[in-house]
Amino acid sequence: MDSQTQPAAVRARGIVKSFGTGDTKVTVLRGIDLDIYLGEMLLLVGESGGGKTTLLSAIAGILDIDDGDIDVLGVPLGELPAGKRTTFRGQTMGFIYQQFNLLPALTAAENVAVPLLIQKIGLPEALRRARAMLDRVGLNDRAEFLPKNLSVGQQQRVAIARALVNEPRLLICDEPTAALDGPNGEKIMELLREVGRSPDRCVIVVTHDSRIFHFGDRLARLTDGRIVSIEPIAREGTA
Amino acid sequence: MNYVALKMLFGDRAKYLMLLCGLTFAVMLIVQQGSIFWGLMIWSQSSISNLNVPIWVTDPGIAQVDEVKPIAGTAVDRVRSVPGVEWAVPLYKGLLRARLSNGEYHQITLAGLESSTLIGRPADVLEGRFEDILQPDAVALDQWAVERMGGPTVIKVGTIFELNDKLARVVAIAKTQKSFTNIPVVYTTYERAIRYVPRERRTLSYVLAKPKDGVPVEEVTRRIREQTGLGAFTAEEFEWKTIWWVLKNTGIGINFGTTILLGFIVGMAIAGQTFYLFTVENLRQFGALKAMGTSTFTLARMILLQAFTVGLTGYGVGIGLATVFGFLTAQSGGLPFIETWQLLLLVLVALLAICTFSALISIIKLARLEPAIVFR
Repeated sequence: MDSQTQPAAVRARGIVKSFGTGDTKVTVLRGIDLDIYLGEMLLLVGESGGGKTTLLSAIAGILDIDDGDIDVLGVPLGELPAGKRTTFRGQTMGFIYQQFNLLPALTAAENVAVPLLIQKIGLPEALRRARAMLDRVGLNDRAEFLPKNLSVGQQQRVAIARALVNEPRLLICDEPTAALDGPNGEKIMELLREVGRSPDRCVIVVTHDSRIFHFGDRLARLTDGRIVSIEPIAREGTA
Repeated sequence: MNYVALKMLFGDRAKYLMLLCGLTFAVMLIVQQGSIFWGLMIWSQSSISNLNVPIWVTDPGIAQVDEVKPIAGTAVDRVRSVPGVEWAVPLYKGLLRARLSNGEYHQITLAGLESSTLIGRPADVLEGRFEDILQPDAVALDQWAVERMGGPTVIKVGTIFELNDKLARVVAIAKTQKSFTNIPVVYTTYERAIRYVPRERRTLSYVLAKPKDGVPVEEVTRRIREQTGLGAFTAEEFEWKTIWWVLKNTGIGINFGTTILLGFIVGMAIAGQTFYLFTVENLRQFGALKAMGTSTFTLARMILLQAFTVGLTGYGVGIGLATVFGFLTAQSGGLPFIETWQLLLLVLVALLAICTFSALISIIKLARLEPAIVFR
């Protein structure tokens, strides 16, 4: 892949993370090395409890690691103080969660505007950009709906719009199709490929769902805290 | 993010209303009980404020205004001789029974004013002319006497009754502050007052005095104490002395204090618990905000904004309800209700303490929140 000739957008080396102490200590990540490049969508798969979510949290800078280094867009996360890491995350990353985590009291447009409000963009401008993003995910007619009045698929679309509204360079998706049925999961991945992928952005998707593997560029398998394989994904009509 | 914080607060309508009700109840209870308490305190010293004179000279061992300890009749002249005293007049104050023409007896407070000046007379007269108490057998009543002694059909200008088998004719009805004991006050001249009461060795209850212009009242009271050996107080000192006596010697302070404290604790418990529940139930959402780049400081600001918004709304509604209650009770005259700005300020401080406490519990929870919760 051409992108792999560039420096990695995410560069993880020797990542170790344990939880608990003494007899109850569990090592979840056991020396992970991983590079993710701009323009690509990397799928992170593996058994439950294998450390996928922990690795995702570490790359996002929301979980401190015990050992190793993680650079995101050339910035070593471990050297950033907590406050600056939070700001860096808000400016460069977008998140899509399994449970969407939309704020129930906010309309779809307001939910999408939240990352912009965090960046101290004024409410009218944030709402204008949020509506434009909702238009891109096909929900312009649902902008003033509360999450409870949207279908599950529509809620995940709102979550995608929220993750992309501030043009993040790293998009982190945790089981984005887990709460959706098959056709809706396909639609969401198509949408993610259509609006989420960009030459200036890399996308990491943690998933169990083998039906969506073909949407990714590479597949990293994580087993018992180690990456056991990283393979390019063959597409129909290629290879 | 203030917009998001307020939308989150108002969006969870059930919890918002519960919080609002808890804080409104706390504010209403504290303001209502505090105002009644202060009203009672004002009533307790109304015997002083109704006379509106700057200096009270008393027996040196006096405890409060209604516990009269008579002093020697020469005290008036001794006070007049103190430098800085403009004038000094005698006052009789004592309890007596009045017998109405229908045979009913009522306890009254008899107030005897110096006849040449009528110093200590009530400022407002509702019926008749107060000066007419200079006529033979004439007395004036306060409006509470009318209420307590049978109403306006029984007691009015012209009514005749007996005080210690001597005739008393009502010539005026004056408007005064109600007293703590609500015993009617009968005003007459000092000379006639001591004729009404049974013979006693000492009949002078108090000497009322005023300092000369330019001489501080505190300085004159000090001189009176030093030169006469009597007790001398400014009206304000005597009022506070009486209030402290009531607080120490009745259970009123403890009773009202307990209720006010309960209001504070209940308000804090309801607000703290509801706010904590509100935070816990939104933990994933707060975690998501943290993951998206919201700092703990911003989250703390959001929580404080939510707490103070609901708190100040509860403050307004609570005071409004307490004021309506006060207006209705004051109209009927059954309960004293005096809402002072000092009390409202105190309640505001208490409320802000409740809100800060409630917010702090949530802020501590959020400060410890790992944003990684959103991936679980």
